[in-house]
Amino acid sequence: MSRARSFRQSMAWLHTWSGLVVGWVLFAIFVTGTASYYRTDISHWMRPELSDSSSDPAAAATRAGAFLQKAMPNAAGWSVRLPNAENPAVEVYWWPHPGGPYHHALLDPATGEPARVRDTRGGDFLYRFHFELSLPPIWGRWIVSVCAMILLIALISGIVTHRRIFADFFTFRRDRSAQRGWLDAHNVMGVLALPFHLMIVYTGLVTLSAMLMPWGMKAVYGNDPLRYYAEAGLATPGVAPAGRPGTPLPLGELVARAAAAGGAVPEVMLVTRPGDAGATVTAYFEEPMGLAHLHPQIAYGADTGSEIARVGEPGAATRTGAVMAGLHEAHFAAAPLRLLFFLCGLMGAATVASGLVLWTVARAPRGADPEGFGLRLVRLLNIGTIAGLPVGLAAYFLANRLLPLGLEARADWEIRVFFAAWITAAIAASLYPRRRAWSVALAVPACAFLVIPVIDAVLVGQPRFLAFDAAMAVVGLALVAGSRLAARPRPAESRLVEANLSRTVEA
Amino acid sequence: MSARTTPMLADRAAVAGRVLLAALGGYTVAALASALLALILPGPRAEAVSAGTLASFAIMAAAVIWVFAARTLMRAALVLGLTALLLTGALWLAGAFVPGGAA
Repeated sequence: MSRARSFRQSMAWLHTWSGLVVGWVLFAIFVTGTASYYRTDISHWMRPELSDSSSDPAAAATRAGAFLQKAMPNAAGWSVRLPNAENPAVEVYWWPHPGGPYHHALLDPATGEPARVRDTRGGDFLYRFHFELSLPPIWGRWIVSVCAMILLIALISGIVTHRRIFADFFTFRRDRSAQRGWLDAHNVMGVLALPFHLMIVYTGLVTLSAMLMPWGMKAVYGNDPLRYYAEAGLATPGVAPAGRPGTPLPLGELVARAAAAGGAVPEVMLVTRPGDAGATVTAYFEEPMGLAHLHPQIAYGADTGSEIARVGEPGAATRTGAVMAGLHEAHFAAAPLRLLFFLCGLMGAATVASGLVLWTVARAPRGADPEGFGLRLVRLLNIGTIAGLPVGLAAYFLANRLLPLGLEARADWEIRVFFAAWITAAIAASLYPRRRAWSVALAVPACAFLVIPVIDAVLVGQPRFLAFDAAMAVVGLALVAGSRLAARPRPAESRLVEANLSRTVEA
Repeated sequence: MSARTTPMLADRAAVAGRVLLAALGGYTVAALASALLALILPGPRAEAVSAGTLASFAIMAAAVIWVFAARTLMRAALVLGLTALLLTGALWLAGAFVPGGAA
């Protein structure tokens, strides 16, 4: 970087190195985020005991309120997700302070007691890993955000670097040389889904903007962010605590009132300071049709049952932010569009992966030159991440079916299995002979994914999981294909010489 | 750029300097700009806050690209410092630092 260089050269440098330093974390973020498009389906599959059953949401809410009253009467808040056709159980959270810890339970709507279901975090684990990496939330979110900002920089510098962006789009010279092939693969996947990549990284930053960039809010509202949310039309205004105990109405009564006032059964009931006479119950309704991630809300006094406030109408800028959050999470997307988002997410992961491999291929020593420490390290991290993470994912699903149901802290064990399998696979991959490392390392997760449908059919065998099991088989077959591709004999020596020649000519 | 040339110590220091400047300077400029936009954009103040926040990431990205595209580290630091100074001045004019004023 010392000598003066053209803009494109400095951007090529920036693209290479910014992409490398965060590539491994980005790969994991892309893969778990892509899986999170099917978070509910994953959660359903991982809780096979829950079957679709219709229940009265108001009665279920009253029972959930009674459960929470026993669990933590003086909580800072309770949240009750009402049962519906998609989610048959009542999902409750309660927390002693706004900062947590957040306790969680799934309740049987008919009894109000914890549902008889295997202990698992389901798809929520992958969803939270996507932006918290299983670290303490604040740490994880900042690390993911830094990676996202660097990805944004890598995308912009990558666009500048590829001057022939449209020509590159139709170029795939798989057989010319290994480096050419990887470069073209990286370009095709990066460019094909470029609008998605730009969208997903920017909107991802926007979803965490309250933590990342609170300065505009602080400049205008000082230390009262809740007023911003109320004025912007994102939340109902807060109510000051009364400081004395109250006598709240049954939660079901408020569900009935909210359903009558809002024209639909609410999705979530949020109780703020349930022990206080000034407690409020906010009904969150499903997002209306459209892209924006905006829930209509009505707040009630918990004791009186009278309506306190409704959420306002957000303006253009706030709505734009909400549409960005909506685009990132794709709640609006029905099955075909969701599949497209899923495939775009996979292409994002593949772009990162091919970029990482390209870095090593482009730096492979010619002839008898020794391999540097950096190159070997990057190679190990590449194979450990790209081939290791799928092993962890498959192990997570298999652990859900195979761990004993009565195991203490079973949900935590599933997660331990995920990390243990990933780390073991990564270490094992570093021990394989180099020539066959990729093909063996990819064959392991391929087999693991192919086993999932078999295990599920034997242990659970419910026809409603056919689609999920088929998807697992497809992932397994894709990994088989990857393994076979990696096993192909390398381009002949003559090709290598030719590649070196062309590289010299280009340089 | 070539993988095989060993970078000199000065080169490494220059790269580290740019990385630091891009991260800290880029964030500072974006934070100052989003605060300024929140205070001066017309329309309801909540809207101004939303717009300033949404724009901040693009501002940071632009600042980082500038740091790495500039001919020398000194030049990049000067321009970024000057921008931050101007933004701070504008924030002061907009009343961001008056106790109990804008806040």
